[in-house]
Amino acid sequence: MRVSQILFAPIFRALRPVRRQRLLQVGLAIVIAHILMAIICGPTGNKEDPYGLTRLIPPYNPEKTYREFPRLAPPSAQHWMGTDHLQRDVFSRVISGGWAPIVVAFSSIAISLTIGSIIGWISGFAGGLLDRVLSLTMDAIYSFPSMILAIALVAVMQPGLVPMITAIAVVYIPTYFRVTRAEVLQIREQTFVEAARSVGASWWRILLRHIAPNTVNAIMAVSSFNIADAILTEAAMSFLGYGLPPPAPDWGFDIQNGQRFLQSGYWWLITFPGLMILSLSLGFGLIGEGISDLVNPKRRRKKMA
Amino acid sequence: MGGVGKYIIQRVLLTIPMVFVLLTAVFLMLRLMPGDPVLAMLGGRNVSPQLIEERRKEWGLDKPLHIQYLNYLAQVVRLDFGKSSRTGKPVTQELFTRLPATLELSVWGMFFAALFGITTGIWAAVRADKTADHVIRVFHIGSFAIPIFWLGLMLQMIFAVQLGWLPVAKRVTGIYAYTFRPITRFYLLDAIILRDGKLLLDVLKHLILPAVTLGIALTGFLGRMTRAAMLEVLDADYITTARSKGLKERIVILKHALRNALIPIVTVMGLQFAILMGGAVLTETVFSWPGVGGFLVRSLDARDWNAIQGTIVFIGIFIATINLIVDILYSIIDPRVRY
Repeated sequence: MRVSQILFAPIFRALRPVRRQRLLQVGLAIVIAHILMAIICGPTGNKEDPYGLTRLIPPYNPEKTYREFPRLAPPSAQHWMGTDHLQRDVFSRVISGGWAPIVVAFSSIAISLTIGSIIGWISGFAGGLLDRVLSLTMDAIYSFPSMILAIALVAVMQPGLVPMITAIAVVYIPTYFRVTRAEVLQIREQTFVEAARSVGASWWRILLRHIAPNTVNAIMAVSSFNIADAILTEAAMSFLGYGLPPPAPDWGFDIQNGQRFLQSGYWWLITFPGLMILSLSLGFGLIGEGISDLVNPKRRRKKMA
Repeated sequence: MGGVGKYIIQRVLLTIPMVFVLLTAVFLMLRLMPGDPVLAMLGGRNVSPQLIEERRKEWGLDKPLHIQYLNYLAQVVRLDFGKSSRTGKPVTQELFTRLPATLELSVWGMFFAALFGITTGIWAAVRADKTADHVIRVFHIGSFAIPIFWLGLMLQMIFAVQLGWLPVAKRVTGIYAYTFRPITRFYLLDAIILRDGKLLLDVLKHLILPAVTLGIALTGFLGRMTRAAMLEVLDADYITTARSKGLKERIVILKHALRNALIPIVTVMGLQFAILMGGAVLTETVFSWPGVGGFLVRSLDARDWNAIQGTIVFIGIFIATINLIVDILYSIIDPRVRY
């Protein structure tokens, strides 16, 4: 008991701010559930059983047409979310379809976060003509609807995982540039930076040791919202047919397939994949909201007369 | 008045480099992305080299990059993006005939967003930190998180297919396609000009589902903005004064607080246009709405290079113009902005 308390104390301390944040807790729970599901039900590279770590989950091969299955059957005890027009099990497709949005969203945001923040730090710190040119460029791209730009870019490349990541990464660079640059401009003027400068610290030391770490909070809050957005963009791309190649389960593409049968009343084809996209994106949105509350407690409270 | 004139000129002069940079960025992105656009347009494998060369020539992609860039700028200045290979008509003409549909959808989308966003925002602010506030807050975050194309499909399924209250898609019922000759292409306006009550009702019915879809997707932004602005205002001394005068709470909230909270809200509404356009692309696709966004998606599908490039440039210029107009209007409403 004692020992475990000492061992896990740092973890508890790190989690302390999370304890009072209901939004953050719910968001984290949703996202962790989705990630676990993606790991347990995702692709394995195994030819025999291409999806899922165990044979039981997902119950059927999500890519396979089973001759014995009914076509377009509503949800039942055997097929919890029904079957589609190719006699595949919708439930298996839904629980196996989460890895693509998660992988795409995390990798693309990681890329744009890295590139955008570095350019933002340098631009804000250096100032002058470089800063002006970079700001103008980034503002111009930022003003353009990111969803449209990302879809157009992925369409110009070939459909697939890497193009989706590239397109989304490019589109979000200006967001991180703007956030970090604005933070740097504020921090640059503070006394501790001046102190560092006066003892003769080199400019890159000031940037990396004193300024950059202080922009992390702002970056964190923005990235959760951005991942939520990237998940929607991935879903939209795959809905329009620029996602994973066909038999692979991908929520957006499954919704596009279901759209053809919407007028015939086959509601289960689009309802379930859509709920998955919504919950995953909502999870990240709640985390972003929770982090904003943590970083900026003023937003939370409100006294009323 | 001199101040306003000067501000407008400054703002216009600032927009020009902005648009120029945007156009250059779009050009570079479309050209320098990994992968060959011509190959992608022709569908990848098993394409004869001759065909690829032919297409390159046709789209001017065989020339060196700087020549391509100059050609592109010349196209933009003349607003002439060549012919769409899918429809055979000039891209610019296609865009201008579709713009009214997109504008009509966007304006009504914004209307519903304001309706849902401002009412829920006020409610949340008045009941701050109570259950209603928490529920509304989650609803607002949910509105960011909902895939708009899925929302459109769900509404279609419920209200058009299952209940049969509203039409599934398009701007008017098929029978009007033969008799109805649009004048302004803003169908609501056309129906009013033509004094055709039945047509007006039909157009309205077609408009509701796509506009509500777009509106719900934007509710979160406006709702949060309203909540924050209202909270700020409700703390002010004049609200306390109004209450102590014995005014009814409803009047204090709606007349004294909301009026002042509206200033930042209106600005945000103008600047939401970029997001609105992004949502319109998917909404138009789902509802077969004959607008600019639907045109872009079908051009992408058909690998119609001229149309793709033209539409993206068009949207860019359009948004820059909207932002400019919003800024100028705002400077007239609130003189503080000019300084």
